[in-house]
Amino acid sequence: MSNTTTVLLCGVGGQGTILAADLLAHTAMECGYDVKVSEIHGMSQRGGSVTTVVRFGLQGVDSMVCDKGCADCVVAFETTEALRNIPFVRQDGFLLVADETIQPLPVLMGKATMPENPYEQLKEANAVVIPAGQIAADLGCPKSVNVVLLGALATELDFDLAAWEKVISKRVPPKTIENNLAAFREGYTHAR
Amino acid sequence: MELLSGNEAIAQGAWEAGAHIGVAYPGTPSTETLEVFAKKDGVYAEWAVNEKVAVEVAVGASAAGARVLTTMKHVGVNVAADPLFTAAYTGVGGGLVVLAADDPGMYSSQNEQDSHWYARAACIPILDPANSQEAHDFTRDAFDLSEEFDVPVFIHSTVRVSHTKTPVETSVRQDHEIKEYQSDPAKWVMMPAYAKPRRKVQLERINKLRDWVESCPYNTIISRRSEVGVVCAGAVYEHVIEALPDASVFKLGVTWPLPNDALAAFADSVDSLYVIEEASEYLTESVRACGVEVSAFKHPLPQDGELSPGLIRKAFGLSEAVHAEAPQNIPPRPPALCAGCPHRLVFKELSRIKAIVTGDIGCYTLGALAPLQAMDTCVDMGASVSMSHGFEIALADKSHRPVVGVIGDSTFAHSGLSSLISTVYNNGGGTICVLDNRTTAMTGRQGNPFNGQTLQNRPSRELNIEAIVSALGVEDVRVIDPNNALAVRKALKEATANPMLSVLIFKSPCVLIDRIRKPAYVVTEACTSCGVCSTLGCPAISKRPETNQALIDPYQCIGCGQCPQYCAFGAIVSCEEGGLNE
Repeated sequence: MSNTTTVLLCGVGGQGTILAADLLAHTAMECGYDVKVSEIHGMSQRGGSVTTVVRFGLQGVDSMVCDKGCADCVVAFETTEALRNIPFVRQDGFLLVADETIQPLPVLMGKATMPENPYEQLKEANAVVIPAGQIAADLGCPKSVNVVLLGALATELDFDLAAWEKVISKRVPPKTIENNLAAFREGYTHAR
Repeated sequence: MELLSGNEAIAQGAWEAGAHIGVAYPGTPSTETLEVFAKKDGVYAEWAVNEKVAVEVAVGASAAGARVLTTMKHVGVNVAADPLFTAAYTGVGGGLVVLAADDPGMYSSQNEQDSHWYARAACIPILDPANSQEAHDFTRDAFDLSEEFDVPVFIHSTVRVSHTKTPVETSVRQDHEIKEYQSDPAKWVMMPAYAKPRRKVQLERINKLRDWVESCPYNTIISRRSEVGVVCAGAVYEHVIEALPDASVFKLGVTWPLPNDALAAFADSVDSLYVIEEASEYLTESVRACGVEVSAFKHPLPQDGELSPGLIRKAFGLSEAVHAEAPQNIPPRPPALCAGCPHRLVFKELSRIKAIVTGDIGCYTLGALAPLQAMDTCVDMGASVSMSHGFEIALADKSHRPVVGVIGDSTFAHSGLSSLISTVYNNGGGTICVLDNRTTAMTGRQGNPFNGQTLQNRPSRELNIEAIVSALGVEDVRVIDPNNALAVRKALKEATANPMLSVLIFKSPCVLIDRIRKPAYVVTEACTSCGVCSTLGCPAISKRPETNQALIDPYQCIGCGQCPQYCAFGAIVSCEEGGLNE
């Protein structure tokens, strides 16, 4: 168990968690790790909370799910989802958050309220907050928020930057390779 | 090595085994299997209208000598059970492999039944891969087993097998000739005179399978310490190995029939034997039936939902990982109909007339959630139409709210049509709304008879719902644009006021098909904060915290034009006209 690294990616259906998980998993494989990626498809994708779990290790990965207190890193694409998934971060684990906020329907309807002072609560949880949306927008590719976050995550993992860049170049649509590489590098630089 | 989901691996395994034909009805978590298979070289694949039809097509193709893959979700196995039980008498021609994909935890299903019971009840052997490599290998081998034992073979998966990606060593395709077909009524005509001898054949086959399973390569023992022994299968095995590092484990790759002798010997080799399974008692009961004593957990395992290493450790009284708690009062984030969804106004209007709404399976089941809350029932595919008839006949002598069945286009083709025929035949009344969004949306926009798209893009025809319903003898049939609030309101009012059976076809494409965006709408100063627009449940509409006036998110709004029709103050206008959002 201790030889396996667990990354839980969470966000809102449609935010690109699945592509980010795919790039992370293929980079781990590129570096010689065993990998498991567990996704959820179907009804919850319609604007609901989504999580994808990526686990990798040199000795072979067993379970594909993540219990509370077992994620080495939680990567949150949205602040409310970050707060929701705090229990999954293990002791001394790492919580990486994009400073995007999407109000869920019960809040839009006035049946629930957004958390007060989310950034203070995230700070208490030792979260690293990345202005991923602004970084992506500054680069002229607002859709690459997920890859900016991946760049920030890369600072915490042992994979060669060359492996990351090789995988990104191979797996994103050809027209978006340069943008995605730029987004990845900018996220990396920002977090380091 | 390739990183493949269980579903992709099953498709690859079937292709390598030389499978010629694939046929299925989409259903989470099985859907991608046939989509991936359909893209491979040298295969024919199609969507059938439902799982029963898919299995019958598969049995026919198998009888004719082809190797066939058919895939379905667990509730699809219910629909397909009729031909499956008898195909376990006839046996096969070419290998016939059936994927049954379960959804413990109900991520996208109406129940979490365990398909293993079908294997035992129908006497169909079932293989349980734990990861994508096994999903690939077991599926590939299942075609040979199917032909060797002359029986269909189940591949069992769950969400955590079907939708988990793990590395797979793939191989090349082994071509198989389609066997020469020769008529053999004694094998294929299951009337009593022939079925009785085939039942004897089945019983002999079960004995052969029981002998085979004792030493087959799919069951494996992981010998560790002897205090605790665990019997498990599928994804649960991966949790067990991680949760209990000292336990010896009997990993079942075949979960029907079970290897009596091997399990008894394993039980003798450990102090206490436990069975760990998800949301079911199938395995526990089956292991007990082998004469093996099964120990009780220190703390009971949950009887519903998925397992995890943590839940298994808890059952054994072992330590759990420490973790922080989430802050209080985090708002829930349920799924919702998309911005611009053509189903929205139908539910809004059904909510307004306080109809009793019998619902069905699809994205539109989300119409049951707040704020639309316009659904009374959802049971199974096609049930909206038949249940509305049930309501009508039960309430016939009482004054009652209008009864309206709501069903999607693909679900209507799946089994709503036969329900409607039954209602027409029995001179039933009520109103049926067919929400024709031109696709099978929930499972990822597959083709169906009413959009005329086929799995391998072969030419087809688009069946006309209106013409079909008219041909059945329904006199009040109309096609309505569901984005026009007044048209929806008028049609529902008229249809529910008249005592005869009415079928309203609300036709407008799912917004995810072409992702067309028109200029977004904005809210002007005329907004009185009345809140009516927020009762539509559109994820693009929120409120300004300072004034409570409506606010439309310009990134989420696709300019569908639904909400302005509900604004009595004309405060919602196209952004080209300007408003508060600027």
